[in-house]
Amino acid sequence: MQELSVRHLLGIKDITPQDIQLIFETADNFKDVLNRPIKKVPSLRDITIANVFFENSTRTRLSFELAEKRLSADVINFSSSGSSVKKGETLLDTVNNILAMKVDMIVMRHSSPGAPHFLSKYIPANIVNAGDGTHEHPTQALLDSFSIRERLGEVAGKKVVIIGDILHSRVALSNIFALQKQGAEVMVCGPITLLPKYIKELGVKVETDVRKALAWCDVANVLRIQLERQQMKYFPSLREYTLYYGIDKKMLDSLNKEIVLMHPGPINRGVELSSDAADSHHSIILNQVENGVAIRMAVLYLLAQRG
Amino acid sequence: MQKRLIVNHQLLEIMVMRLCHQLIENHGDFSDSVILGLQPRGKYVAQRIQRTLQGILGKQVPTGLLDTTFHRDDFRRRDTPIAANATKIDFLVEGKKVILVDDVLYTGRSVRAALDAMIAYGRPASVELLVLIDRLYTRHLPIQPTYVGRQVNSLLSQRVLVEWKEQQAEGDAIWLITKTDE
Repeated sequence: MQELSVRHLLGIKDITPQDIQLIFETADNFKDVLNRPIKKVPSLRDITIANVFFENSTRTRLSFELAEKRLSADVINFSSSGSSVKKGETLLDTVNNILAMKVDMIVMRHSSPGAPHFLSKYIPANIVNAGDGTHEHPTQALLDSFSIRERLGEVAGKKVVIIGDILHSRVALSNIFALQKQGAEVMVCGPITLLPKYIKELGVKVETDVRKALAWCDVANVLRIQLERQQMKYFPSLREYTLYYGIDKKMLDSLNKEIVLMHPGPINRGVELSSDAADSHHSIILNQVENGVAIRMAVLYLLAQRG
Repeated sequence: MQKRLIVNHQLLEIMVMRLCHQLIENHGDFSDSVILGLQPRGKYVAQRIQRTLQGILGKQVPTGLLDTTFHRDDFRRRDTPIAANATKIDFLVEGKKVILVDDVLYTGRSVRAALDAMIAYGRPASVELLVLIDRLYTRHLPIQPTYVGRQVNSLLSQRVLVEWKEQQAEGDAIWLITKTDE
């Protein structure tokens, strides 16, 4: 199998374990390209990609843009602030206007869950979901698994705990799907108010004690508290959250094993992770960022191949 | 499908030996020369050449593998996609005399992609091309080999297949394959 089973990357839920494997194998080759003196290949030279961001982003947007440029694609950037969206244009009209300028692929971030799925029904371009509300963030989950595979050799059979604001996290949901499709065991951990009510039905373990979770796992993926998405108070204060769920170097050292520490960024230092933990040898946070470019190159390359 | 043997294993061994001596004629002790096998099939030729040279010279000539997938000009234009292979070059190409190695030279498009891919590793002093089989009158681009095992006249509908023991074939051999309507 040398081709993806899908035309769009809308979520990890829609792709097969073979797709994930193909993306990883292709990303291995692109990682090699990124370590050369000349970090560019001409594969997408006749393709135009629009990065359409209706929500703030630093890492994902830079990572996508760099991936596109490394593949020699033409890139245009759009962000909703300062655009006609503010004047009342609909999503479909905005995107159709961009496509009228002969754009082949759309990378989109939107605050509404399902926005890219909606678009995929109406437009001919390939769509990559760069995060849709609290729903999915597929390329983040792919680069997380790719980084685990790189550090631990494989993902299958590993125990991965996702700690923090699971309720508002698209990274958590995509990671659960991705890890399960590769045969890993998944646990979620956080204050009970930040765990979705029916999360157990996805077949994950649930834990509210972060120490027990760390003792169980091989890998801890720590998430940020998404204050901007929280419409009400889920816990008394950030200080109290840090007291019960914050991870520091001392906790990591007190475990009688080595675990891998991950974070999708942006880190709130001193809240979910202390600085000494984030900068410790356990952490592969910057490797995740590095791998993000290779993973996104692989996704764009393989989708362009599907046409 | 008709399969006709055009080079048997004894002939192939003689051919590789001859190509190695031609290389020695031009490269001497290979102090500034490197070999790059084109993935996927040039790999076996490059490894065989390296082994044979080691037998004659008593030293290992630096040999790498070059994958051209991302530099091909038929991306999105082929019916069947090609999977990428590993590129493994653990030496600098800058200032070196590079010998590109492949099994069959057909349209010349792979070699063009390889030249493109190689430049990402530096500016070589010179580049030569070694192929086992040169299919005559089939080129799409002005590319000619420096060292040739054998020239073959073939139809566009035919295919030349080089098999090696290393890839679990019965033995080393080169075949001319003709598709027949069954």
